[in-house]
Amino acid sequence: MRNIKNAIWLPLAFLPIWFLIYHNLQPVTDWIIDTALGITKGTHLTEALRFFIFEFPKVMLLLTLIIFVVGIIRTYFTPEKTRKALEGKKTFTGNVMAATLGIVTPFCSCSAIPLFLGFVESGVPLGVTFSFLIAAPMINEVAIILLFGMFGWKVAAIYVGTGLAIAILAGWVIGLLKLEKWVEPWVYQTHIGDSELEEDKLTFVKRINLGYDAVKEIVGKVWIYVALGILVGAGAHGYVPEEFMAALMGKSAWYSIPLSVLIGIPLYSNAAGIVPIVSVLIEKGASLGTALAFMMSVIGLSLPEMIILRKVLKLPLILTFIGVVGTGIMIVGYLFNYIF
Amino acid sequence: MEIKILGTGCPKCKTLERLTREVVEQNGIDATVTKVEDIYQIMKYGVMTTPALVVDEKVVIKGRIPSSDEIRQVLTKAI
Repeated sequence: MRNIKNAIWLPLAFLPIWFLIYHNLQPVTDWIIDTALGITKGTHLTEALRFFIFEFPKVMLLLTLIIFVVGIIRTYFTPEKTRKALEGKKTFTGNVMAATLGIVTPFCSCSAIPLFLGFVESGVPLGVTFSFLIAAPMINEVAIILLFGMFGWKVAAIYVGTGLAIAILAGWVIGLLKLEKWVEPWVYQTHIGDSELEEDKLTFVKRINLGYDAVKEIVGKVWIYVALGILVGAGAHGYVPEEFMAALMGKSAWYSIPLSVLIGIPLYSNAAGIVPIVSVLIEKGASLGTALAFMMSVIGLSLPEMIILRKVLKLPLILTFIGVVGTGIMIVGYLFNYIF
Repeated sequence: MEIKILGTGCPKCKTLERLTREVVEQNGIDATVTKVEDIYQIMKYGVMTTPALVVDEKVVIKGRIPSSDEIRQVLTKAI
């Protein structure tokens, strides 16, 4: 157990150091490249190296800080509390709440089944449950951080906003279709026991420690994908011709959006790996809408999760789920290609 | 003491099982450790996030992997 004082003061002491490093990355990178290593400016290799040495620590810094904060915030939002908040909610209001809570409630696709059962069992409507199940994986905090770091806050906000809209509307549509008949019958027969909320008793120090755990777990897992993604980005930066992707994923190619969504479903990558790839696609001529649709399909619609959900949902419902969410993603893609 | 690990077979659940067995062995705790993978059984405990640690039919930890230290504390408290 960490000392109580340390748990609170240590992160506060690190914060100024964090900002100092974060705001001096560019000059430090330039110094390393131009002075310490002394390689010629402007060559492909130099610029690729400069890109990597700058981007990688930047993204890692952002990830560490924000995952830590999110890790603490998440201790306040347990699935049990979310379920309680959604019980007996009317549709639409319920869909909006479920999608929003889906962002902050901790979720892992391996818990999809118990979560689904717990929600449906306590009277949360099917469509509302789906809003949650769509938003939780699709609006991913790592993706938000990476988009913010590599494209700025506007693209990050677009991603969150459109992701929410898709989750709300898709859940609402599924609710309207009255598809309860396609839920495996045993779901409604399962009896769910009561369990106490141990999370209520968490002390603040414990929450901070859980924040550390989140950093260790998530950053420890995704750093390699971030590094690989940025490495590919750095390589493409100097070597792949601009407009390389324009013909395939540019605005003029109308078929590219449905194609991107289709390709994205079986591709199962975590957000950390896909965002740097998306940034390369955009840099090389892919349009924002198409790239966004591709990314959402990769993180939001994953084959492994569908296979897990097959235990509780009959095939037609899973296909409807993919169809409705996929259509939502395509609309977002076309919308952004039209606006920008 | 009866210890149960609830989990549908995800990597996290396996980690929790391994850690728990280690703690039980290292501290010479007199307990049986069983893994519950059946979703019907898991739902009886009312957990919505796996993995979960159940000691004598009471859910003590759920939805995360605790440190070995925490498992030891929980188990020694339950004796």
